[in-house]
Amino acid sequence: MDETKIKKLILPIIAAVICLGIVVFLAASPETEEEQPTIITVSAAASLTEAFTDIAEEFEAAKPGTDVELNFAGSGTLRMQIEGGAPIDVFASASESHMDILSEKGLIEERSRKDFTSNTLVMVVPEDSIESGTYPASLEDLTEGSVEKIAIGNPETAPVGKYTEQALEETGLRDEIEGKVILAENVKQVLTYVETGEVEAGFVYRTDAESGQKDLYKITYTVPVNASISYPIAVLSESGNKETAQEFVDFVTGQQGQEILEGYGFGITKI
Amino acid sequence: METLQTVMTPLLLTLRIALVTTFFVAVLGVCISYLLAKRDFAGKWLADAFVTLPMVLPPTVTGYLLVILLGKNGAIGSKLLLLGWNGILFTWQAAAIAAFVVSLPLMVKTATSAIGAVDRSVEEASSILGRSELETALFITLPLAKKGILAGCVLSFARAVGEFGATLMVAGNIPGKTSTMSLSIYNAYQTGNSELANLLVLVLVAISLITIAATNKLGER
Repeated sequence: MDETKIKKLILPIIAAVICLGIVVFLAASPETEEEQPTIITVSAAASLTEAFTDIAEEFEAAKPGTDVELNFAGSGTLRMQIEGGAPIDVFASASESHMDILSEKGLIEERSRKDFTSNTLVMVVPEDSIESGTYPASLEDLTEGSVEKIAIGNPETAPVGKYTEQALEETGLRDEIEGKVILAENVKQVLTYVETGEVEAGFVYRTDAESGQKDLYKITYTVPVNASISYPIAVLSESGNKETAQEFVDFVTGQQGQEILEGYGFGITKI
Repeated sequence: METLQTVMTPLLLTLRIALVTTFFVAVLGVCISYLLAKRDFAGKWLADAFVTLPMVLPPTVTGYLLVILLGKNGAIGSKLLLLGWNGILFTWQAAAIAAFVVSLPLMVKTATSAIGAVDRSVEEASSILGRSELETALFITLPLAKKGILAGCVLSFARAVGEFGATLMVAGNIPGKTSTMSLSIYNAYQTGNSELANLLVLVLVAISLITIAATNKLGER
């Protein structure tokens, strides 16, 4: 090997070593575990983000030495993660169906399963339609000409859509408003359509209506829903820390947890 | 101070994931691209299709497949478990794997065409002058295809920064641990915290602009 070739080789090698060094440094730096707290991971439906963040904080304060890691996504995504073997200790779902599927597969501790709260379906309309005086205040009003577009959650992917469909079908109005329906991916998207005035009415959970930009819309109607919109919680069979997981479930269903949930509009049945 | 942390934590996490991802994408991507551009082997189209697949699949599906592979009962996950690696899912490394899988096709597609476009006569000259294939590749082909490879790196980096669907599935959305910029924006939006969402979006747009500007600067030289 002549000298020039060695020179040529040196640069790429140095570059590669530096890159590798950076990678190793980056890979090694994050996990600085000084103490060893008991960690449980709680998968909670996206609509529970705020309430569960507060609950986890209170739980950690009440039980020093425990660390609650929260994982938020749609209930369907969370269920698939659990089926795939993700290391989760507690699952709080926004619909019974996802919990039922896990239950059938034996992935949850049946005895720990509980309905810990409920939600209400409401109709929201944009603020400017309130000002102009023509706005829907009941399901029947949706058939009027002034209502051109109605946003509802996609019943295939969002549980809120399923409840909305049920309510509309019970009144026999579903076919009449067929041409007006805009399907949204999730409840937040419905709310965004209403906030921006893209639709004349939308159906969301009461808790979402509580957390949006309230000056842009108003709740005009609480929709009666046949089956209650309940939220189940359970300890998972694969949990490596069932004792703490169960304590967390008890905390959520206990007084402190319930008060926090009510603060965000959960479990309240009337407007 | 708290706002600073709510922005900095996901920002640093995102950058770490994107940098690690880009490094591995660059190394492995160039090797794959070279093979695809220069060699003929049985099942080449299959290899090509396999690498490209995550580009066409919805990220959630890619994520789901990764969950199945890497989970406790998965083909790879169970092996890792035997090696004492307890649960790769729901760590930032899992997020990096997800980002790697979805950004590799961008690197391979760009680099393969760049390597394929290198003038064969130059490589032949190198080979006639007694250089081995490895030497020719390292000192002739790859330097000539530099621009395409760099572009692939930048695209992969950008894709890794913006990754959402697959990351959500594989790494979860654990604030402070696996919530990247995109996931934090989703969280802020989900909780109606539009101020934080806007701030995070602004930072993400700034990173993207810097990345694009850097590419253009590289292109000029």
